[in-house]
Amino acid sequence: MPETIDPVYITAYTATSALGRGVGDHLAALREERSGLRNNDFTHVPLTCAIGRVDGLEQRALPDAFAAYECRNNRLAWLGIEADGFLDQARAAIRRYGADRVALLVATSTSSIGSTEEGYTRLDGEHFPGDLLRPAVHTPHSLGLFLEHLLGTRGPCLTTATACSSSAKIFAQAERMIRLGIIDAAILAGVDSLCGSVLFGFNALELVAAEACRPFDIRRRGISIGEAAGFALIERQGAAGKPRLIGWGESSDAHHMSTPHPQGLGAQLALEGALARAGLGAEAVDYINLHGTATPKNDEVEAGVVARVFSARTRASSSKGWTGHTLGAAGILESTVCLLAMEHGLIPGTLNCAEPDPVCGPQIALRNESADVRIALTNSFGFGGSNCTLAFARGVPA
Amino acid sequence: MNVLGVCIEGIGLWAPGWPDWPSARAGLRGEAQANAAVVTPSPHLLAAAERRRAPLPVLLACDVAAQACAASTHAADTLASVFASTHGDLVITDYMCSTLATAPRELSPIRFHNSVHNAPAGYWTIAAHCHAASTSISGWYASFAVALLEAAVQALADNRPILLAAYDTPSAGPIVDVSPAACAFGVAMLISPAGDRRATLGLGLHEGRADEGLMMGLPAAFNELAAANPMAAQSLPLLAALAAARPASLKIAAGAHSALAIEVRA
Repeated sequence: MPETIDPVYITAYTATSALGRGVGDHLAALREERSGLRNNDFTHVPLTCAIGRVDGLEQRALPDAFAAYECRNNRLAWLGIEADGFLDQARAAIRRYGADRVALLVATSTSSIGSTEEGYTRLDGEHFPGDLLRPAVHTPHSLGLFLEHLLGTRGPCLTTATACSSSAKIFAQAERMIRLGIIDAAILAGVDSLCGSVLFGFNALELVAAEACRPFDIRRRGISIGEAAGFALIERQGAAGKPRLIGWGESSDAHHMSTPHPQGLGAQLALEGALARAGLGAEAVDYINLHGTATPKNDEVEAGVVARVFSARTRASSSKGWTGHTLGAAGILESTVCLLAMEHGLIPGTLNCAEPDPVCGPQIALRNESADVRIALTNSFGFGGSNCTLAFARGVPA
Repeated sequence: MNVLGVCIEGIGLWAPGWPDWPSARAGLRGEAQANAAVVTPSPHLLAAAERRRAPLPVLLACDVAAQACAASTHAADTLASVFASTHGDLVITDYMCSTLATAPRELSPIRFHNSVHNAPAGYWTIAAHCHAASTSISGWYASFAVALLEAAVQALADNRPILLAAYDTPSAGPIVDVSPAACAFGVAMLISPAGDRRATLGLGLHEGRADEGLMMGLPAAFNELAAANPMAAQSLPLLAALAAARPASLKIAAGAHSALAIEVRA
């Protein structure tokens, strides 16, 4: 088992998703049990499903200075990073520590591939049209290139792309770099946007529900895909009132490219790693934001692990019914849900789950609950059997 | 940045004409020629059926990763790993985008799940029966530098050996104009914390530019590889220094305004 780690502080965070822009919109929607999902109005070829779409991206171009990075995903990043004053706080940290002491750790599953898809619909002979002959929007690192230009960081800058665990893993990456002393702070960004690849790709795998997703429901039929941008500023030190990342665990299923290990071995290893680094037992956990995608297999396996490891005191839920599955942004978006749960004493329920699968233990919260949440976990599992669990602790009130 | 000291305990390499690190090392020293019979990586780790149907990046990454493990004392099923590619699988990207433009409902489910950037890492962990952590990253044309740095960070932070595999495969269709790559090239390194040992590499990230003329003096065959494959261009300067087995200092691109300084203490 890994040794315990020193906590690192989350001194600023924000999220933009189908629930709105900034933590206030997210908290309000969670409290009101109001989903952001709508019928698919994104694809040109009809596809019956629900999506979690962010409004206004079509009308909000990047400033001229960033025209080379113009694409839906970077527009979403631009919309998201300005919410809650995050951009100003990130810039203040860069000034405080020096640009070379701040890492820019970004995460996405499909990056700017929407632009590559568009190029194929507007081919000029065998070539992209002139406005899409921009190499910076046909790379997995497009988000990193844009944000590095925007922020001016000079520390490590890289994209983690491990499908749906991507933006959970960057928290672990930041903690390692801070612990080794190569940086003092890290700006984390997880951004994924709607595109044909994921909508028709998950549809081809028969993993997309025709209706809004129903995590852990006995009648669940698959995911609803959403888009989101989440940001966090991680520092070695912070005020006592700030929440902390206290543990993380990463593992590989080594089982199948797109189906979880049947006994949840990888999920269990990630959970054990997070608890060991936090120096906590399972009984200390107040809330778990589950991966809870609403695919038949994910929820069955994940509910089994939760039922085996935790007592009924630990509350657990999936927030995918609010936002949809935001893929590479899910880890950081759902970390935000954990931070809101701790700050406001709110256990979000599992929206759209009417009748829980019998495999679920008593931990699964169906409706919102009020509770004192000091320790929260979030699970993120991705294709390729890539798993990550994060552990957070609430700030100490002044 | 403080210098990170790591040892390289094993190297794997595959490129057209160069099936492994010993042959490429001899080639980089000017002591061997490319073998024209070497045209496709064939990792024995994968079952025969998997070898037939797996995408090229999977074959390439698994081949070099297995070589690096075999050259070390570490078992593949215990190793955490860092996989990196400049562009990902562009043949699948070309397939996905052209199918989406014409008949999106006919998209192949297998090719979709193989389209994720971490597909080679997924197949590797399955083939190696490895439950350890694995990550997959890109830093565009700085991918090799940031992957080497990430592998060193993981090795030192958790005091354990890390498998690094970095690769690119040929581009396809209209993407060739914006993300060129004409041949396959992969390299793997088994990286471990130096501890009390003499470090093979000292790594530090700095603001500034990469050295100019990094490929100067390399045999023509390797200059051609670097021109045809971004990961070859990014990694061959270090590989040439390791092949020469002499102390060297080099700076390779690690971001828009930063470079990874590498002290080779071979």
